[in-house]
Amino acid sequence: MASSVEPARNAAPVTSAPSSAGTLFTAADVARVIDRMTHQLIERAASADPDSPDGGLSGLVLIGIPTRGAPLARRLAARIEAFSGVPVDVGTVDITLYRDDLRLRGVRALEPTMLPDAGIDGRVVVLVDDVLFSGRSVRAALDALRDLGRPRAVRLAVLVDRGHRELPIRADYVGKNVPTSRAQQVKVHLSEIDGSDAVLVTEDGVRGESQQ
Amino acid sequence: MTYLIRGVRPYGGDAADIVIKDGRITTIGEHLSVPGAEVVDADGLIALPGLVDLHTHLREPGREDAETVETGSRAAALGGFTAVHAMANTDPVADTAGVVEQVWRLGRQAGLVDVVPVGAVTVGLRGERLAELGAMADSAARVRVFSDDGSCVSDPALMRRALEYVKAFDGVVAQHAEEPRLTAGAQMHEGDRSARLGLTGWPAAAEEAIIARDVLLAGHVGARLHICHVSTAGSVEILRWAKARGVRVTAEVTPHHLLLTDACAEGYDPVFKVNPPLRTDADVEAVRLGLADGTIDAVATDHAPHAVEDKESEWAQARPGMLGLEQALSVVVETMVETGLLDWQGVADRMSVQPATIGRLAEHGRPLAPGEPANLLVLDPAARAVVDPATLASRSRNSPYAGRELPGRVVATFLRGDATVLDGKAVR
Amino acid sequence: MKRHLLEAADLDRADATLVLDTAAQIDAALAGREVKKLPTLRGRTVVNLFYEDSTRTRISFELAAKRLSADVINFSAKGSSVSKGESLKDTALTLEAMGSDAIVVRHSASGAPHRLANWVRGSVVNAGDGTHEHPTQALLDAYTIRQRLGRLEGVRVGIVGDVLHSRVARSNVSLLHTLGAEVTVVAPPTLLPVGVGSWPVEVSYDLDAVLPKVDVVMMLRVQAERMNASFFPSAREYSRRYGLDAPRMGTLADGAIVMHPGPMNRGMEIAAEVADSVRSTIVEQVANGVSVRMAVLYLLLGGNEPA
Repeated sequence: MASSVEPARNAAPVTSAPSSAGTLFTAADVARVIDRMTHQLIERAASADPDSPDGGLSGLVLIGIPTRGAPLARRLAARIEAFSGVPVDVGTVDITLYRDDLRLRGVRALEPTMLPDAGIDGRVVVLVDDVLFSGRSVRAALDALRDLGRPRAVRLAVLVDRGHRELPIRADYVGKNVPTSRAQQVKVHLSEIDGSDAVLVTEDGVRGESQQ
Repeated sequence: MTYLIRGVRPYGGDAADIVIKDGRITTIGEHLSVPGAEVVDADGLIALPGLVDLHTHLREPGREDAETVETGSRAAALGGFTAVHAMANTDPVADTAGVVEQVWRLGRQAGLVDVVPVGAVTVGLRGERLAELGAMADSAARVRVFSDDGSCVSDPALMRRALEYVKAFDGVVAQHAEEPRLTAGAQMHEGDRSARLGLTGWPAAAEEAIIARDVLLAGHVGARLHICHVSTAGSVEILRWAKARGVRVTAEVTPHHLLLTDACAEGYDPVFKVNPPLRTDADVEAVRLGLADGTIDAVATDHAPHAVEDKESEWAQARPGMLGLEQALSVVVETMVETGLLDWQGVADRMSVQPATIGRLAEHGRPLAPGEPANLLVLDPAARAVVDPATLASRSRNSPYAGRELPGRVVATFLRGDATVLDGKAVR
Repeated sequence: MKRHLLEAADLDRADATLVLDTAAQIDAALAGREVKKLPTLRGRTVVNLFYEDSTRTRISFELAAKRLSADVINFSAKGSSVSKGESLKDTALTLEAMGSDAIVVRHSASGAPHRLANWVRGSVVNAGDGTHEHPTQALLDAYTIRQRLGRLEGVRVGIVGDVLHSRVARSNVSLLHTLGAEVTVVAPPTLLPVGVGSWPVEVSYDLDAVLPKVDVVMMLRVQAERMNASFFPSAREYSRRYGLDAPRMGTLADGAIVMHPGPMNRGMEIAAEVADSVRSTIVEQVANGVSVRMAVLYLLLGGNEPA
């Protein structure tokens, strides 16, 4: 299984084609990818704010999009603190009430929205999600953020970008680009929710941003 | 016209041929041959005396949009009836000789059943003073049954006077037993379901209290009393007690009270709103047994047509009442014959003989025998059909049996020797 | 979830819990926000069809729908075609033709929302029908109890007053039973329905005996006109036997709460000092009503194709 991780800035397509069904990331791959993304987050925070004593990290807020974006955001924050010694604020934004596909997919249970006490005004928000697909979840999250405050900037971090965008949205931090067909399903497993870490690709998937 | 009904089983007994001529049954025998007669092939079917309904609302005059004497007569004929008593709560109320004669004449014109007008007991059904009962009795309509049906004659002194007064012409007061102070705003049977559905309850005691009072009054003055649409187990007990004491009381039960319960109110479809209301399973069981043992003398339809707008509404706003003429016999077959509670002789007794006797109709409720008036029906007891209100002859559509499969089909009906129904269709 | 919310029994335990959880999430999501509006029901039309005056309930539903960005039409029976004799069915078909996705109906006739549901394709929400039910009131009551006491399972609730004529009581008995609470209804026997024995409740005529044993006491509004129909001899006697005053409140267990669906008759079924005490949840109930109704509208409308 290929485990090369492409930085988001690198526009070159990933060479590894996914097998028809199977494991794309093992648990070790997931950990390695998260560490890679962590370093990118730290580097970019520092380069954006070179004079800051904490490397620009105190201005950062990681906001997970439930379900699996939430633990991903917490993991990234923990790794940032481990590498840099600086604690980073974490939160979640539930996008259910901002979706534009209610009529197609019906209702689902709401997940919590929790912002850090310091809020998001004037800070750099990094939205965190597991899979980037059509871009509609991210659009919904952007709409939700707008009602919650006014960040200085909003970035996007995803574990897997599987293509097939339906909106002009791209991620700033990508764990891995995975070309897929629409019929395929990309499923991220995280130990907090699923008991173990893995990323799977299956053929018979219903079309979805990520399966929640 | 001469008819030869071939292979029919009178009262469900052995097959025979029946010859009808000049308004009478002339011969009953085997393998008859009558030149020129119209043959009705009735192999395996059952012949019964024409049914008599003590309780029909024909709505004319006043609500011809809901029913007319003619459409109601056609519905009656299709149900196997040869006589129906037309209730007095028309507009104007049938409380004078003029109105009852009008209804009677309309019935003659339609010519499908004998329409026997019921006279109001009190002027305008208001329960205040007696209508001209004698004038109605002496009119061409020859009224013998008097009722304020729809309203109860609740004033005990007035009820006593009415019972006494009609003795002069062998009349009978048919009481709508409902103590109005106990049923203000009532919407359905008072019990577990009304409590949950939030509909004001119509307590069984409101019916039973009036029946108890009136059997005592009738016994006291030695008058005939008839109780309309008995609906509760308690009413059956009181009647049984009164009859045992020799009170001259008779009673009727409707097809819907033999079949349906207050469970029908779930969903709030006002087609099931009726007065008295549908009761419990125990009440249904009790009225069936009461009809079987003769405590209840007769089945009467309380056929109550209502225009669509009077039923397609909120439950509380809807008018009470349901159609009954066309399905009455089928419901009796289902609830009384197929359960073994009545045989065909019993059906003839409760649906023809007893109601004719109570209404003092000399030409109806007679036996199927040579020389008797040819008022009879031919029934296919094996046929089963799903009731479709759109196909009913009534001008209204408020059948509580819509979508329900019921047994028995009236194939032919004869009124004084003339076919009013042949091949299951009204002749006109 | 069913398409309509006509009575509390339309919700099984999972559905009812989903409504309460959704309301809690909405509450949390909107807490402290300046923009108290969500785009969820943009382009949907909610009609408030009110045949009875009830400003409180109508405003609560209106606010709920507007916070979800639905278009709201208030159709009051007064001064409309209804007062000119238009039937409920014709009104329903008219609203349907105008493209309503949900009809919130308040009506004096029990079962009117059930009838309406037969005639329209959109969702019907019962906002109180006659003496039958008022399911969103029961949901907001359950939500309030859970918020204050942290649970519903095993919570002992006394419902006190005119149970016979109360749609609030019927919905609460049904919903609280579904959610595992233990309900006792307390009233003079004249104000209990004949069929109350078939309800999943204890029945008591003695308020003083019940108060020390409950976690929640829910006082129902008693209308003075019932007095004229001899349901009880006088307002004073009613108040003395079944009113909740300060000394009676003192017999409640620590932490027990006092609820009232409003509008209150202060001095009749509830004393002013009780209504204004820390045990009283009356103001919270009003606030929670909006969140619960948002949850109901979201769950009923969210998944349906537009009409």
